[in-house]
Amino acid sequence: MIEFSHVTKIYKKTFTAVKDINLKIDKGEFIFIVGKSGAGKSTLIKLLLREISPTQGIITYNNQDINKIRKRSLAEYRRKIGFIFQDYRLLPKLTVYENVAFAMEMICAPSKNIRREVPLVLSMVGLSDKAKYYPDELSGGEQQRVAIARAIINKPETVIADEPTGNLDLETSKEIMKILAEINRRGTTVIMATHDREIVNFFQKRVIELKSGIIIRDTRTGGYEDEPEED
Amino acid sequence: MNPKKIKYIFKQAFKSMWRNRMMGAASIGSVTAVLIILGFVLIVVLNVNNMAMVAKETFDQIAVYIAEGVDEDQIEEMGKAFREIDGVMAVAFQTKDYALESVKKDWGEDAILLQDLRNNPFPDTYIVQLTDVSKADEVIAKLQTFEGVERVRYYQDAVNTLIKLADFVKRFGAGITIVLLLISVFIISNTIKITVLSRQREIELMQYIGATNGYVRGPLILEGIMLGLLGSLVAILLIMLGYSYTINYLAGRYVALISGMSGYLVGVEMVLDDLIIIFMTIGVGIGILGSLVSLKKFLSI
Ligand SMILES: Nc1ncnc2c1ncn2[C@@H]1O[C@H](COP(=O)(O)OP(=O)(O)OP(=O)(O)O)[C@@H](O)[C@H]1O
Ligand SMILES: [Mg+2]
Repeated sequence: MIEFSHVTKIYKKTFTAVKDINLKIDKGEFIFIVGKSGAGKSTLIKLLLREISPTQGIITYNNQDINKIRKRSLAEYRRKIGFIFQDYRLLPKLTVYENVAFAMEMICAPSKNIRREVPLVLSMVGLSDKAKYYPDELSGGEQQRVAIARAIINKPETVIADEPTGNLDLETSKEIMKILAEINRRGTTVIMATHDREIVNFFQKRVIELKSGIIIRDTRTGGYEDEPEED
Repeated sequence: MNPKKIKYIFKQAFKSMWRNRMMGAASIGSVTAVLIILGFVLIVVLNVNNMAMVAKETFDQIAVYIAEGVDEDQIEEMGKAFREIDGVMAVAFQTKDYALESVKKDWGEDAILLQDLRNNPFPDTYIVQLTDVSKADEVIAKLQTFEGVERVRYYQDAVNTLIKLADFVKRFGAGITIVLLLISVFIISNTIKITVLSRQREIELMQYIGATNGYVRGPLILEGIMLGLLGSLVAILLIMLGYSYTINYLAGRYVALISGMSGYLVGVEMVLDDLIIIFMTIGVGIGILGSLVSLKKFLSI
């Protein structure tokens, strides 16, 4: 469903962030992208979101070259993907309910669908009782759950998260992971970048490890062990 | 377009305009400046053209200058021949001395300047009266074929001067207008840029969500349109006030002149409708262009 073939991204003509990436991701997979800071995880995700375009190589989504999508149709492509940020990116002046509804409004969903879907998703992430709260009245974990609700409200085929637990403690991170696992169980492909070893080891899913922009490991189910020379 | 979307677009556009009102005022001012210059040019050109037309219809006399050295008999022959031309009502002869005297009279005290003239620079002249202005071109053509005719002067001199003036104003005005136009597009695009930056997180989020284009671009384009529109409304108001004030001023000061040339000036009400349409179109055009320039640059994700 998603395929990187010989993808290289060079920033500012000189800095190679990822190099000759070949990667196939099937529908319904759960994938961790791991690696040290600066290894190129976010670059890979930005490429997939078409926030940046590769210097070389082709990225396809459902057999379509995503860099051939016209600007006009880009929004349509992005709707297939729900994106979760490390820093939540909630709109501070909107309530929890409104933040989630915002994503539906932005794609012109009918009001009656919005009224039906938002409470369902909020209950899935366990925030039914906080619907009227504002982001600054929530804990980090709760804010991230709102962000997840917003990412899945439009029923994307794929959810991509860039260090969604980066700002959270282990307990809270596990709650977030449970939700992502549940989303994956319901058939959504989940791609998550992280450098949180405990989480990766706990879940035993497919792991792709990057080092200096190169894939050095791709294991079906595995952990994220320390490298001998590290730390 | 559902009502929710329209509401969102208007709300965001108004909010940004208010939050960013200094730049907004600069944008409106720049559009107003362009349009006032343009309006001034249009009005001047319109009036000058109108004057030229009215002048053409009013002047029914042609001056025929006789070349130096043509003798009196010949001059008399020419006069007779002129009378025969179809379209000529009457012919009167003015000697060069008469011409000099009348100029001296006109100049009054300054006529001293003419004292030292060795030769009378004025030609002998026939004034040809037309039966009908529409025959003018025909008659002129015939007059010019006569030997001994140095030059035939008709309204065309005055009219040509007017037309040249209008042409100059047109070119000069077009130049300034284009430069100012570009400046306003630039200023508006900067205003929109500030809006994009101040709403960056929201706009980025919308792009990640895959928001409908209208949601992302709508408020920004609407903001540009409103700035352009406001600029054009201010310009319309100022131009109309200025124009009617000028006409009234001229009418009050030169009553005789105006009553004699009531047809020369184009009234405010004659140009109002066209001006409103032209100004609003250009204002909105500048606004949209400014927005688009900014969107192309800053909606990057
Ligand atoms: N826009 C850019 N211009 C130049 N260099 C960049 C740019 N974005 C990223 N880089 C560089 O590319 C490398 C990979 O960055 P990337 O953000 O993909 O790393 P990462 O694996 O996500 O790291 P982290 O775990 O810290 O988020 C880094 O060395 C970074 O400095
Ligand atoms: Mg990163």
